[in-house]
Amino acid sequence: MTPLAAREVWPQNKVLKGIPASPGIVIGPAYVVKDKYKVQINRYYLTSDKQIAAEIERFRDAVARTRQEISTIKESITDEFQEHAYILDTHLLILQDKLLYDATIRTIEDERINVEWALQEAVHQAQILFNKIADPYIKSRIQDVEDVSERVLRHLTGGNPFDFSKLTEPIILVIHDLSPVDTTQMSVAKVKGFITETGGKTSHTAIMAQSLEIPAVVALEKATQEIDSGYTLILDGLNGTVVINPDAKMLEIYLQRKKKFEEFKIDVGKSSFLPAITLDEHQTAVLANIEFQEEVDLALDYGADGIGLYRTEFLFLRHQRLPTEEELYEDYKTVAQMMRPKRVTIRTLDIGGDKFASHLEYAPGINPAMGLRAIRFCLKEHTIFRTQLRAILRASAYGQVRLMFPLISGIQEVTAAKRILAEVKEELSREGHAYHPDLPVGLMIEVPSAVMLADLLAQEADFFSIGTNDLIQYALAIDRGNKYVANMYQPLHPAVLRMIKQVVDAGHAAGITVAVCGEMAGDPLYTPVLLGLGVDELSMNALAIPVVKRIVRHASMEEAQEFARHALQYGTVEEVNAYVTGIMAKRFPEVFMFGRELASTA
Amino acid sequence: MTDNLETTLPVLNRLGLHARAAAKIAALAQRFQATIILERNGLQADARSILDILGLGCPQGSEIRLRAEGPEAGPAMAAMAELFAQAFGEYA
Repeated sequence: MTPLAAREVWPQNKVLKGIPASPGIVIGPAYVVKDKYKVQINRYYLTSDKQIAAEIERFRDAVARTRQEISTIKESITDEFQEHAYILDTHLLILQDKLLYDATIRTIEDERINVEWALQEAVHQAQILFNKIADPYIKSRIQDVEDVSERVLRHLTGGNPFDFSKLTEPIILVIHDLSPVDTTQMSVAKVKGFITETGGKTSHTAIMAQSLEIPAVVALEKATQEIDSGYTLILDGLNGTVVINPDAKMLEIYLQRKKKFEEFKIDVGKSSFLPAITLDEHQTAVLANIEFQEEVDLALDYGADGIGLYRTEFLFLRHQRLPTEEELYEDYKTVAQMMRPKRVTIRTLDIGGDKFASHLEYAPGINPAMGLRAIRFCLKEHTIFRTQLRAILRASAYGQVRLMFPLISGIQEVTAAKRILAEVKEELSREGHAYHPDLPVGLMIEVPSAVMLADLLAQEADFFSIGTNDLIQYALAIDRGNKYVANMYQPLHPAVLRMIKQVVDAGHAAGITVAVCGEMAGDPLYTPVLLGLGVDELSMNALAIPVVKRIVRHASMEEAQEFARHALQYGTVEEVNAYVTGIMAKRFPEVFMFGRELASTA
Repeated sequence: MTDNLETTLPVLNRLGLHARAAAKIAALAQRFQATIILERNGLQADARSILDILGLGCPQGSEIRLRAEGPEAGPAMAAMAELFAQAFGEYA
């Protein structure tokens, strides 16, 4: 018996797992592209100067043809991909970069070696350089260098690129690696989904698949070996599963799942513009966190009931100097006007003194999260603080503006900040500026000491907003950036739940509302618990708003309270996690299955 | 006229000096005759080289020391400061 190239038996119901890169489920025939650009590279020495000159000429020629090729692709890009065209500009810059271009020529000359090998050496040097980069996103850009060099190599060796225009039927593409440039050439009508052997959730290709709404699974090793063209595939971009040649039963399961997901997506889309009211008619506000004026449109598009947190650091960092009162005022006023009649909660500067290196001399501390920042910094730098307060007050004449102080740790900070606010108001009145005289003043509760003093602080505030990111970090003494302890950062830690409860109870006893504005607020898994704990408002990344609203609309306050009461009884985070995920899977199966993916894709 | 200028600029966009931002810096640097060097944590990058810039691995919030030397150093530096201040045209 001779070994067969083709498989003797078709695999059936075989399940492969990759990384989910773009949500959605598709079923269809596989189209496998094997060895997209794979080129065997040999090394040989050049014996004469004439050969060296010819080799360099060969390189220049291949680079020129590559430049032509990339430019042609750039011109042919259709409208739906326009925003990704910059990748091609990046590739043109890499093509002529000294680390690739000059370095290759230098290696040919110095080592008298063939161009393919010299180019590979230049890429290798770039890989070494990129390997040292800590930021995972920037580090992954080595893909662009590899992509460009593969193109040049192909021109050197005469290989052909994969031609997407050859596709005539709708297929699921299976390929070793899909560069962003390939993705821009992909016909969305023909490619229903794709599977790659490389890549990650944040790669360009994944981000493009998300914006095109093409389901995708990446980092599925050996996909091009396991799958042959013509196999029927189920591609589940929600959990990263691929099923090869499913039987009737498996197909039925996935057709159901696909139907449920699509209904869920439509239902979620509808929820975004409906009020967040529970089945037993308790109204909640679902708000957006924003960082720039430009994000207001996105917040409105996703159905935000207002801006629950406007971070104001950007304008302070963007210039080489401090922003003027007029610049701040214009910005806040625009946001207030765009959101009117919905409210905008503006948080005063939450920044450390070390960020102001160009204006003020403050040495960064070893632990900046606990250093001179936020309200502490503002109470030390009165001029900066007063300027911002004046701008916020003046903007309050143009919409529903609220003011919020960050990182409050005790009463004395509130008293000091409010005294300055009163002085600034008087100043504005004297100067004849309009402002809202009873501008609501809220406090961010994110330091454990503020939780302990919540009943006293509530006497001094018009509302509370719990900043769970910092609160969890400080309460559990966990630095999320430290990989050895990052997994101990647990929003459902019993201590965190009790703290939230304590703040809510203290707030309600004093008759003020309590919001949550950390990441926890935007994770649909936690929505019923937070509601049940009595949180009045949730403020989050705009993309999460529709999913969270849908949960609120499908839950009753009575069950949420019961749910929270139970969750509070457990002593360990493992028990709380098990309880909450168990209930969520039973009570909101579609949200549990799809909600978090939909809320977190960007 | 030959100048020798230095300044420190913050990286404001959320993704840091990734491909798109680095491409803008390199493309801008290539328009001027001046030599522009970016410096962070003891690493140096030629502003004309996108790979050099990416190699600095600058996340949001990092501060970059810029040096410009030679003809057009002044205008080159002003243009760079503007590009940084606009967060490389990215708000998200």
